[in-house]
Amino acid sequence: MTATSVPATAPEHAARQHWIGVLSRTHRAELLPHENALRDAEYQLIRAPEIGMTLVRGRMGGSGAPFNVGEMSVTRCVVRLADGRTGYSYLAGRDKAHAELAALADAHLQGAQQAHWMRELIEPLAQAQAARRSRQQAETAATKVEFFTLVRGEN
Amino acid sequence: MYVAVKGGEQAIDNAHKLLAKKRRGDTTVAELGVEQIRQQLPLAVARVMTEGSLYDEELAALAIKQAAGDLVEAIFLLRAYRTTLPRFSASLPIDTSSMQLNRRLSATFKDVPGGQLLGPTFDYTHRLLDFTLLAEGEYPGPQGKPDATVEACPRVLGLLAKEGLIKEEADTGAPVADITREPLEYPASRAERLQALARGDEGFLLALGYSTQRGYGRNHPFAGEIRVGGVEVWIEPEELGFPIAIGAIEVTECEMVNQFVGSATELPQFTRGYGLAFGHAERKAMGMALVDRSLRAGEYAEEIISPAQQEEFVLAHCDNVEASGFVSHLKLPHYVDFQAEVELIRKLRKPSKEQAQ
Repeated sequence: MTATSVPATAPEHAARQHWIGVLSRTHRAELLPHENALRDAEYQLIRAPEIGMTLVRGRMGGSGAPFNVGEMSVTRCVVRLADGRTGYSYLAGRDKAHAELAALADAHLQGAQQAHWMRELIEPLAQAQAARRSRQQAETAATKVEFFTLVRGEN
Repeated sequence: MYVAVKGGEQAIDNAHKLLAKKRRGDTTVAELGVEQIRQQLPLAVARVMTEGSLYDEELAALAIKQAAGDLVEAIFLLRAYRTTLPRFSASLPIDTSSMQLNRRLSATFKDVPGGQLLGPTFDYTHRLLDFTLLAEGEYPGPQGKPDATVEACPRVLGLLAKEGLIKEEADTGAPVADITREPLEYPASRAERLQALARGDEGFLLALGYSTQRGYGRNHPFAGEIRVGGVEVWIEPEELGFPIAIGAIEVTECEMVNQFVGSATELPQFTRGYGLAFGHAERKAMGMALVDRSLRAGEYAEEIISPAQQEEFVLAHCDNVEASGFVSHLKLPHYVDFQAEVELIRKLRKPSKEQAQ
């Protein structure tokens, strides 16, 4: 949902980083229509979906030294397709099925069918996310105010 | 001293059943769903996540339901659950400068780049009970242009820093202390203090912050900037070797600008207080920022005379799970202990030999 700046990464990882980001912003309901296609491959769970936490850090004054704010729940999963490709997922929340589907998507997206999966899965999801972001922005923008200071007493 | 007791299983069992019945209330009224709490009590959920120190809206809503709306009890439940989960990693520091804003305002400058965005706020409401909420209604949201966008909103304190009027924050790359792994020792670092304050009780921090405004450790604050919105959380898993986003969380950030310090060698500069909380939690973020600043008294060679300036006093008492635990234990049987007190006071009251004569 956010337009957070992307931490610096080597260019060879940029495409994968992008689709992992799109997958992290999905709701499970958005992946369910693709469930049959995603599972339509031989695969094994290298790391079955597991619930844990990530320690969220902030920065003092928003830009200074880091400090710990608190934890957030995270579910991670690793799958391996029959051809050896592995897919990873780390998703906020505690939805194991969601994490497994996201890991499968990551694995498929690294294969020969990448263009297909980008077209069918990632691009529509990215568009839906951009639309959500625009709607949210428009709502916030509708509350923009101009304060006037009133001059008291003198001209 | 509390002494262990045995027995009472049946009574305890029944007491818990009675609590469940009380929580359910009148069964002719529909039962409250966890998703309803999550969707319709988002500010309660935010407080429980922040002080429960776990961002998970569903679990916070569940805790609120289980605690029958007692938020401090819900915070305790979430803290307890949190200890059962493994920690996979620490995130990269969240980037609040590129927040997807729901709200942003500055009380220090009327015309800030990006403007003042009120967002969903109780400010400017009349605090009159809205009886229309007694009935089910529809709430279509604000009326505005559907394609309106939010302009870039640079940090307000950054504008002051550019002029040198306030010190830039600096990241020295030092390791980040974690008070959930290493117990606090005094004096604490600012990172440890901020972590403790982030989990600290909103009411306690609000009261302490208020006390500084009323003169107990005065430092003349202004709300330089308050932001509420979504930020992405990034981690760098070892097995991947590059950073990835894992999802967005809502946070509230408050940057206070406080009166200046200077010296013979340095020109005066404004000072900072910082607050950050999960969800929409403005009062908490403001209280935290006020207390962050007051606890920097030592750093600025200010006289430490007020409660809000006393690090150990503040940090040792700001956690409501610890505080309510220690206060609540007074309800446990202290029969033996008290018996000794009764005997002592009887002895003290016995007339001495001289008086008896």
